[in-house]
Amino acid sequence: MLTWLGYFERFGKNFLRGAGVTLELTAVGLAIGFVLGLLLALARCYGPKWLQQLAGGYIAVFRGTPLLVQLFIIYYGLPELGLTFSQNMAAYLALGLNSAAYQAEYLRGSINAIGSAQMQAGRSIGLSKWQTIGYVVLPQALRLALPSWSNEPISLLKTTAIVFLIAVQDLMAEGKRAATATFDFVGVYLAVAVVYLVMVFALDALLKFLERKTKIPGMDVETRR
Amino acid sequence: MDFGQFISYIASGTIYTVGVTLIALPSGLLIGTMLALLYVYGGKTAARVMNLYSTIFRGIPPIVLLFILFFAVSKGINLSAFWAGSLSLGMVSSAYQMEIVRGALLSVSGDQLMGARAVGLGRLQAIRYVVLPQAVRLAIPPWSNEAAIVIKDSSLVYALGVPEILRKAQLIGASSQRYLLAYLSAAVIYFLLVFATTKLLNMLEKKLAIPSNP
Amino acid sequence: MPKPILTIKNLTKTYGENVIFQHLDLTVNEGDTIVIIGPSGTGKSTLLRCVNLLTRPNDGQIWLDDMEITAKGTDEDQVRQHIGMVFQNFLLFNHLTALGNVKLGLTRVKKMSDEAATKKAMHELARVGLADRANHYPGQLSGGQQQRVGIARALAMDPRIMLFDEPTSALDPELIGEVLEVMRQLSLDGMTMLVVTHEMGFAREVADRIVFMEKGYIVEEGSPDEMFNHPKFPRTREFLWKITELYGKKEKDAE
Repeated sequence: MLTWLGYFERFGKNFLRGAGVTLELTAVGLAIGFVLGLLLALARCYGPKWLQQLAGGYIAVFRGTPLLVQLFIIYYGLPELGLTFSQNMAAYLALGLNSAAYQAEYLRGSINAIGSAQMQAGRSIGLSKWQTIGYVVLPQALRLALPSWSNEPISLLKTTAIVFLIAVQDLMAEGKRAATATFDFVGVYLAVAVVYLVMVFALDALLKFLERKTKIPGMDVETRR
Repeated sequence: MDFGQFISYIASGTIYTVGVTLIALPSGLLIGTMLALLYVYGGKTAARVMNLYSTIFRGIPPIVLLFILFFAVSKGINLSAFWAGSLSLGMVSSAYQMEIVRGALLSVSGDQLMGARAVGLGRLQAIRYVVLPQAVRLAIPPWSNEAAIVIKDSSLVYALGVPEILRKAQLIGASSQRYLLAYLSAAVIYFLLVFATTKLLNMLEKKLAIPSNP
Repeated sequence: MPKPILTIKNLTKTYGENVIFQHLDLTVNEGDTIVIIGPSGTGKSTLLRCVNLLTRPNDGQIWLDDMEITAKGTDEDQVRQHIGMVFQNFLLFNHLTALGNVKLGLTRVKKMSDEAATKKAMHELARVGLADRANHYPGQLSGGQQQRVGIARALAMDPRIMLFDEPTSALDPELIGEVLEVMRQLSLDGMTMLVVTHEMGFAREVADRIVFMEKGYIVEEGSPDEMFNHPKFPRTREFLWKITELYGKKEKDAE
């Protein structure tokens, strides 16, 4: 029953290497997603009408279709338009573009919560619209968004597990290789699941710690699983 | 490759995608609801076990859990990839749906349960006639979100060889060398399915809403 | 010879180290309206919940008529049918209309036919002056109307005694009167009532006896005249003076 514990000894090194790639994918995806997500949120809240609709459309499309399809479009489809990416680059892009849609919603929620009152207050002392956004609204909105936003790194970490399907060498790819070598699919994937669980719990503890450090009570925005 | 063939491929894939969702979502709801009832009304030990179940299932990437369940199920009983994959996906979703139902039960329970008991209703009667009817309504919006996720996650059974829309798109892309068109078509189908489901559940929510003055 | 409906003997309730009340004795006779007053946090609401078996006392006995309801093996649901309870925050079933709220116990507990239950429920709604609101949902009713539905819901079960747990303290001042009026009428009709309230006007006018509770003990009990005009204990006088002052002010502010 517990033979799968032995796989840590046999494949431990490979799992660790794969886990490293998984964390890298998470970090890069999160970073791209944050920058693009922030731009989307600002476009959605403060842009001209057409830009608001464009950002809204982007968010709806990326949240309304599976990441796997987005990944395949980027990796297999875009080369037809002359845009060819390496496996890792395609994975970074898909994760980042997808995460941006979710992060934009978290940020939009908190920007709206800060509301027009703070905008008026900023304008009343002579700041321009974008100065007010930069110096008054965003500093508050980013801190306010943290509790709900902190779901995103964990969610993204779990989401990265599909990119082995375009042969990125992450933890799941190492798992698949080990499974094919042993023919014990259930056992190997159980071992892989444990590694994911450890990463998820560690990340969760880290985020909870950060959240406590910067806690602002009384704010909650819809969260993604 | 001609246009008619393209359409028929996409259509047959869509049917599988809908089928996977229609199996996974209700089976996840059934398991999730039973587990949630155990969690909320089953005493401390049950609550601990359910909490562990929820933490572990929700901590593992869906595709990893899907693989474990799929291969475990396939080992035990002889099921087609379609059924084994759909039921496994339902199990994956069950932990999330349990949390949705639990949240709804908890936000109704306390006071409403007491009000019902005070009238003389038994515990089960109170849950059946007072808590559940209200919990169902509260659960619709988050459940609608979960339904959308399950539709999207149904694409994961692609990796198990189920001929759903993504697999069909891959096949047709390979034969025509027009991957972009094939995958974009799949994306459109997914988007429409998610959109229609969300709209439908939104209408249901409005229809079931309890009248009140603003 | 007055017939006791509710008899409480030596009742004690604690939450861990926290003593809510102890060695409490109280008798409510048929047709009496007893009003319990006292500072908040002195166990008045917990006492009512003990009587309705919504929470279990740690020690002591409670009798309803001749039956000890705190005895082991008592069918709680059976007991609660005979004890009507009205809550501070109404606790109406939000997914049911006023009529549905009153009917639920009749159809599901008393197993009455739908037709008979509707008839009975309409009668009770008429009694609290809400026959015309029967098909409204709680969310469409004012607080005072919701509380009157709560009273009708409890009355429909034909209880031996009605318990009121601060029935007006969640209401806006202008809505308190309609609820108190329903309660006053009930008392006149001979219903046995045990009421926890801060409404001193109601206590003075309607109560047969007033019980002053503080820190888990009954300090003093007596007729309204005795309590308001000749209290035996300085604490009673002090409390009554304070609360009349406080609520009197509130009423003025509301005007």
